[in-house]
Amino acid sequence: MSDHELRVSKIRDGTVIDHVEGGQALNVLAILGIDGSEGLGVSIGMNVPSDRLGRKDVVKVEGRELSSSEVDVLSLIAPEATINIIREFEVVEKNRVVRPEQVAGVLSCPNRNCITNAGEPVETEFAVVGNGVRCGYCSTIIRDDLADHIDV
Amino acid sequence: MRQDHLITATQLSRDDIEAVLDRAREIAADPAAFTDRHADTVLALCFFEPSTRTKMSFDTAAKRLGANTIDMGTVESSSVTKGESLADTVRVIEGYADAIVLRHPSEGAATLAAEFVDVPVINAGDGAGQHPSQTLLDLYTVRENHGLDGLTVGIMGDLKYGRTVHSLAAALTNFEVNQHFISPESLKLPRSVRFDLHEAGAQLREHTDLEDVLPELDVLYVTRIQKERFPDENEYHRVAGQYRIDAETLAAAREELTVMHPLPRVDEIAADVDASGHARYFEQAHNGVPVRMALLDTLLQGAQ
Repeated sequence: MSDHELRVSKIRDGTVIDHVEGGQALNVLAILGIDGSEGLGVSIGMNVPSDRLGRKDVVKVEGRELSSSEVDVLSLIAPEATINIIREFEVVEKNRVVRPEQVAGVLSCPNRNCITNAGEPVETEFAVVGNGVRCGYCSTIIRDDLADHIDV
Repeated sequence: MRQDHLITATQLSRDDIEAVLDRAREIAADPAAFTDRHADTVLALCFFEPSTRTKMSFDTAAKRLGANTIDMGTVESSSVTKGESLADTVRVIEGYADAIVLRHPSEGAATLAAEFVDVPVINAGDGAGQHPSQTLLDLYTVRENHGLDGLTVGIMGDLKYGRTVHSLAAALTNFEVNQHFISPESLKLPRSVRFDLHEAGAQLREHTDLEDVLPELDVLYVTRIQKERFPDENEYHRVAGQYRIDAETLAAAREELTVMHPLPRVDEIAADVDASGHARYFEQAHNGVPVRMALLDTLLQGAQ
């Protein structure tokens, strides 16, 4: 039994997001729009020892299989994350997150003068460029601390 | 031009630019031939910020093509003060006009407007973002004086917030131009513009002193350093003073140097430069009419 399983119990059906950079689990849930109000069972392991990452977070969501389009946006804050789809306690699918070309409605633009911060009826849109993202409206590029700009 | 809108200079290819500049040259040579070209067309001028040159030259350009213009007026006199969103404003105006010229204090405003309407939107300045129609007349002025390849161009002043700078730098990457950027450390090009220049394969040459590069330049494009960009007025006076030019400064320049400025200038170009033979900024402003006629002609034809 691995270390994180000692801390967070196995789930029967759902999704396990593993190898999340330590400290990012709550941001993962924020990006996925999961706050508990939808009634899903959610378990979180934070700062669990990991051979690959040193410390990692693990998020388990019971009763919901997350699609790759839903989770690819996680690559911005958790590029090493793996997505395990669980059925009857078994891992039936295991995928790495893939960097999307575009991220809509997840991040807020840090440029206070951007039109997306002016109360207009639009979602933010960021293109994924190089090692950052770029606002589709004002072109501002965010490279560091993407999690600080999560707005969901 | 492939696009329906003109939002940013980064969307312009060399062919797009040359097509508009060629048309502008035809218009300048024989304006009467274009007089009724767009009769029954209405152009909406939506300026959420003050403007003299841009607004009047679009107005003049439209009228010289036989079109009518409608003017939103000042923000204070419009429904914007009642809290109407830009998205709603342009959707209403789309019902009145065949194209919209938009100036707005927020970056990305023209991009947003273009998402909500089907008529062409021309970005006439969005905050510290872009001002691509200014770039077309800037390029026209450069081309008429020097051609557009094999040049060394210096762009000086407020490179961080200067929307004319951002558009010009992007557009110049379509040509064989060495670009030099001269500014105080605090007003260097923003990350997004640097990114586009790198993507376009342009080499960034940045300087804090004009004298380092002045003797090499064919074109010096001067922009105003605004007081409000500095937290301290003394700091503003100290810094801005280093980026003012006069006839004496230009003694070190090549005889063929062209000095340009998007105007309005305050004191960054001394009056003694006006008669120096280097000055082209009034010619540049006048070029706004044939170039904007050519731009409107191109976009309106595409929309029909």
